[in-house]
Amino acid sequence: MIQYIIRRVLYAFPLLLGVNILTFVLFFVVNSPDDMARMQLGHKHVTEQAVENWKRQRGYHLPLLWNAEASRASKVTETIFFQKSVGLFWFDFGISDSDRRNIGADIKQRMWPSLAVALPTLVLGLITNICVALLMVLFRRSYLEFGGIVLCVVLMSVSSLFYIIGGQFFIGKLLRLVPISGYDESLQALKFIALPIAIGVLAGIGSGARWYRTLFLEEVEKDYVRTARAKGLSETQVLFRHVLKNAMIPILTGVVVVLPLLFMGSLIMESFFSIPGLGSYTIDAINSQDFAIVRSMVFLGSVLYIVGLLLTDISYTLVDPRVRLS
Amino acid sequence: MVVLWTDALVFVLLFGMSVLSVYMLSNPRMRRPLRQIGASKTGMVSLTVLLFFVAVGLLDSIHFHSKDSNEIVSVLDQWLSPIRLQGEKTYSAPFAAHLFGKELMVLEDGSPVWAYPRLQYGGAHLDDPESELFYDVLMKASIGFIKSAIPAAIVLVLLGKKFLHRKNALISQASAKAVAWTVFWIVVLCGTLLELSSYYHVLGTDKVGEDVLYQATKSIRTGLVIGTLTTLIMLPLAIVFGILAGFFRGWVDDTIQYLYTTLNSIPSVLLIAASILVVQIYMAKNEEQFTSLIVRADMRLLFLCMILGVTSWTGLCRMLRAETLKLREMEYVQAASALGVRRRIILFRHILPNVMHIVLISVVLDFSSLVLAEAVLSYINIGVDPTTHSWGNMINGARLEMAREPLVWWSLTASFLFMFTLVLAANLFADSVRDAFDPRRMG
Repeated sequence: MIQYIIRRVLYAFPLLLGVNILTFVLFFVVNSPDDMARMQLGHKHVTEQAVENWKRQRGYHLPLLWNAEASRASKVTETIFFQKSVGLFWFDFGISDSDRRNIGADIKQRMWPSLAVALPTLVLGLITNICVALLMVLFRRSYLEFGGIVLCVVLMSVSSLFYIIGGQFFIGKLLRLVPISGYDESLQALKFIALPIAIGVLAGIGSGARWYRTLFLEEVEKDYVRTARAKGLSETQVLFRHVLKNAMIPILTGVVVVLPLLFMGSLIMESFFSIPGLGSYTIDAINSQDFAIVRSMVFLGSVLYIVGLLLTDISYTLVDPRVRLS
Repeated sequence: MVVLWTDALVFVLLFGMSVLSVYMLSNPRMRRPLRQIGASKTGMVSLTVLLFFVAVGLLDSIHFHSKDSNEIVSVLDQWLSPIRLQGEKTYSAPFAAHLFGKELMVLEDGSPVWAYPRLQYGGAHLDDPESELFYDVLMKASIGFIKSAIPAAIVLVLLGKKFLHRKNALISQASAKAVAWTVFWIVVLCGTLLELSSYYHVLGTDKVGEDVLYQATKSIRTGLVIGTLTTLIMLPLAIVFGILAGFFRGWVDDTIQYLYTTLNSIPSVLLIAASILVVQIYMAKNEEQFTSLIVRADMRLLFLCMILGVTSWTGLCRMLRAETLKLREMEYVQAASALGVRRRIILFRHILPNVMHIVLISVVLDFSSLVLAEAVLSYINIGVDPTTHSWGNMINGARLEMAREPLVWWSLTASFLFMFTLVLAANLFADSVRDAFDPRRMG
């Protein structure tokens, strides 16, 4: 087990290196640092000197991959690729391009609001989806199930933007139950995050409940369920004791993959509700064309995804004793 | 005649789809699943709605230089030119005869007054809008209804007499009737809207006074292009890599797995954002290549499709790899290789046709999520060009007016209705395609 984990962690390095090279090519080879400087400083009326200063301040004045002027080892280290990539591996993200703040400190601070919205959304969404799906399976081949399926397809077909706009309008503006947007420290935050969480859960029901329903239905047809019914268990007992337990394996492992990514937050949710999390941080970076932040977030996202994959494999062994890692 | 890049690709895609459907119709193996789709009423009705959207999108994909102004316009623009050109000054509500906001006006005797000015085109033929408006709208709507309903009914009844009682048809009678009704209502709806549109702004006007109905109709093409061209770009990657990885295993498999895990591990929104930033810089650098606004917007749309294609092939690739791994151990493949059939032939004859159902299902399923993704991406400013008509841009523009009192609701409603119809139809059609082609669901 430990051996397996170590091997997987080692396997993560080539992946992260690949991610790094890809973003490097996108940001520095396709565009030169000069282009970035011009983009930040404005296109037209900008002097060579200003561009040079901008680059020097942010360390973009070095050669891309190979510094011929430097001596020995620093031929490799005194380059943009080395300087801007190596730090990422121990989460030293450097400073942002536009307002020169420490990216690592910003991320640490903004992680928690993201989590405060994303985690309850995930948990509540999971519970709701399972309940809805179980209800549909319990009343299968009835009008209730048919209505449920139709409702799911309808809910699926609405863009998530409309859920947010509609929720903000009806609950925030007309009924004035909660503030439309904003965030606060500690428990005061509850009234701000209630609406985003509710909307997140609602927006996920359509696809989530439908997907779980197919999982449950596959399980309901199996032999052991028939045996359980033959023993005289009632339909609800069969569903909760047998079907739910076994269908939880794919559901839980599907959830584990996204667990680490919860830190990244949801882009649109956070920016609509002005929650100072990592999602809105990313959007701001995209809008102000801050390559340093975008690159750090790409790296962070990849790390979290790989951690998620590892956790999935481990969770398989925990919930399903038939699976052995080798 | 001007052929934009996306236009050309749209017609390539159309050609490919026609070839595919001719192949499917002539292949006896395909008759059972096709007949199952033909028997499902919801499937056929949603297919009809989809085809209507496609027709609008195609009309909007034939561009030429307009005679009077040197703009590039499409056939749809030409056809809708009354709606396109009759712009107002700023916001006006649906079926309004007055502007939405009060303005300072000078009366005949020279005294200034705050009032709602009359619209330049909407309801301009009325003398006294307050009393006449309602009956006039009703009149115009019934005229439009009668004008379109009678020819549509006659044509449909004639067609129905000719085709409905043919034996061995793919479409069942019940769904043929449902399709006929759908066509009838679509034609009537369009006829009524067109008739009304020449007198009123049926869905109001937006901030710069452009007709919202026109905007929403133009957005159809953007949605369709993103939903389909992305697939065109993603399919070759997914199919080639997926099948090769599953069939050859060894280092080919390792490399391809590494490739898609790397791509998958990057949050797709960020990868799209990064690529769009790069495209923006490239366009700013080579401004001389993009002569007109529409060419520039078109280029960005194409880039967006490519980027979405590159980020979205991994899922299908993984599925195809798993399926190929399973297939290559099947007896008939083993038999073929034992008989000395070349590997290339095995790939084309035995593996490829047997994974096609997965490809088909995932293409139809992906379509609706891509249309929805466009709106979200436009909201983060990494979607289509701000000058392109798209539902995402419409929502984005209207969102800023949410705080306004009274509410400007028509842009949001229009984009909601159009998007919802398209995505719902796509989802329902995808369901019936999946039911017909997925071997696990046959029963």
